[in-house]
Amino acid sequence: MSEVDQTMNAAGATDASVTIRQLQLGVPAKPRTLLGDAWRRFRRHKLAMVGASTLFLLILAVTIGALFYERYLVDQLAQSGMPVPVENPDIRVLIDHLDFLALLSPPTSVHPFGTDDLGRDLLARCIYGGRVSLSVGLVAMLIAISLGTIIGAAAGFFGGVVDQALMRLTDLFLSLPAVPLILLTVYLFRDPVIQAMGSPEAGIFVIVVTVIGALAWMQTARVVRATFLSLKEKEFVEAARCLGISRTAIMFRHILPNAMSPIIVAATLEIGSAIIAESTLSFLGVGFPPDTPTWGRLVTDGSQYLQAAPWLALIPGLLIFLTVLSINFMGDGLRDALDPRSRL
Amino acid sequence: MAQYFLRRVLIAIPTLLVISFVIFAILALAPGDPLAQFALNPAIPESTRELIRAQFGLDQPWYVRYVKWLGALASGDWGFSFASRSPVIDLVWQRLPQTLQVVGAAYLIAVLIAIPIGVISAVKQYSWFDQLATFFAFIGFSVPSFFTGLTLMLVFAINLKWFPIVYSSTLNLAGWDGFTEQLRQMVLPVTVLVVQQTAALTRFMRSSMLDNLPLDYVRTARAKGLADAMVVVRHVLRNSMIPVVTLIALGIPAIFAGAIITENLFRVNGLGQLLITSIQNSDTPVVMALTFIFACLTVLFNLIADLLYGVLDPRVRYS
Repeated sequence: MSEVDQTMNAAGATDASVTIRQLQLGVPAKPRTLLGDAWRRFRRHKLAMVGASTLFLLILAVTIGALFYERYLVDQLAQSGMPVPVENPDIRVLIDHLDFLALLSPPTSVHPFGTDDLGRDLLARCIYGGRVSLSVGLVAMLIAISLGTIIGAAAGFFGGVVDQALMRLTDLFLSLPAVPLILLTVYLFRDPVIQAMGSPEAGIFVIVVTVIGALAWMQTARVVRATFLSLKEKEFVEAARCLGISRTAIMFRHILPNAMSPIIVAATLEIGSAIIAESTLSFLGVGFPPDTPTWGRLVTDGSQYLQAAPWLALIPGLLIFLTVLSINFMGDGLRDALDPRSRL
Repeated sequence: MAQYFLRRVLIAIPTLLVISFVIFAILALAPGDPLAQFALNPAIPESTRELIRAQFGLDQPWYVRYVKWLGALASGDWGFSFASRSPVIDLVWQRLPQTLQVVGAAYLIAVLIAIPIGVISAVKQYSWFDQLATFFAFIGFSVPSFFTGLTLMLVFAINLKWFPIVYSSTLNLAGWDGFTEQLRQMVLPVTVLVVQQTAALTRFMRSSMLDNLPLDYVRTARAKGLADAMVVVRHVLRNSMIPVVTLIALGIPAIFAGAIITENLFRVNGLGQLLITSIQNSDTPVVMALTFIFACLTVLFNLIADLLYGVLDPRVRYS
């Protein structure tokens, strides 16, 4: 009630005519939408907002920020006496540029994050690694969520034998030892996939993302199944069935949109755990090839200089931590925001 | 009760069989001949290679190989390690104690820390303590364990020099000094695992307590004049522990997986380190055996969790 009063007061302060019309019609000037409500609740969750902003800034930094940094670094290197030989180099060139005047340099104005033992710029490598880590998280999430949604939806909607079989499959996947199995699969299938994809980086990307995604869909499937089970008994589904709408359309056009909230929350959290899984693989030396600086790989390489140059391991490690923490806070905020029970 | 137990055990056996088949299939589907190193050797003629293949049974169809592999696995014959030229099972027995020590200590401490924190968080929901615990739980969830490990190493081993950086398995454990030395070198790897596990357990404990606190029996206990602490400890805690105990059992495989990272970081010569070095050396028999051990652990603790749930909560047995 007070909510309506507030909106009306706020509107009245800005535009009197709107308020008058609103009073005449007895409805708020602006209709409240489902997404609008969710956004309002999300904004009230302080940590979630901090997380979302941090994540947004990180994504901005590894995409648009990289363009500015490329130019900055080239200028700085030219002034310091180790110019980059290529015209307008992009980040791929800069991550391999060796600055022999600054080996294991602590953060300076030339190298804001310092350099490694070969004089390679850590910030450039972190930007490149961020692209890899974030895209691994995103694509692995898409795979896991698609699998989980399809399997969960089929199990919940069709029920009976289909449900039994799919849920046994889910249970089975839940009892697979994820980390050793990811290690084993990447180790065994690395070479042929690399050959099939043409480049080591693309090959490893495909296999890492597939394996992480294929071992992470089970929670989503369970949640989606439970939601489908309760939704398919609702009146609107019955109405849709009476109208002669096909089963696929009922599943995907009518039930699925109503089951989106838990899927979105699961998707958000899945990005975080996929990033951790990838960086762990890289850290153990089973992930991306050594010349691809992912965040996990940078931590491994840096850990050899923990005493002399601690920033080498700490900065990329901190980036992983910050990203995953932001994602988890965001997921928490989304859970509160999208839960219809908390709707005001 | 007996029927419930039997049903659970009977479900676990096919699960284990399917998992063993998945692992076997991954290996069988994987490209690359186990005899590839012989193929490169010009001194071994084609006919000899065929003989070796026949001798190892590689010319037989996959289902025969699977049954044989499973039979050998069950009878304790886990093959020979390529790298160390010793039976895999010996390697496993050598490495198991270190892993169990670190993992066991870590889990025990994590449970002992998580339960009180979870209880206080739930009883004083939204208090500063709860907010702080929630915040730390989020940190625990989000921090990759290798990063916790490296940070602890930097601060406590390199800068403060309180603990050794590298775990030594050749310590002389006799006497008091050996014992304290062993404790000192276990502190850092154990702490890393504790941080990882406590976060999740705290949340489980808290939400389980929150589920129970508003129930009628709690009000009844209060109404009959029981002290608050008594109500929480004797009534709510006991009932909240039911799901948590099963989650504790379910978390054990995860902590073994976590041990893979810590053992590599601190050079603890346990199973996790063996797995990584075997992967780096392409020592397939060891990799296979270890993956299977991790799978067995998962299934075993799933089973234990199910059984515990049945013992603690009679409703589960009859549903």
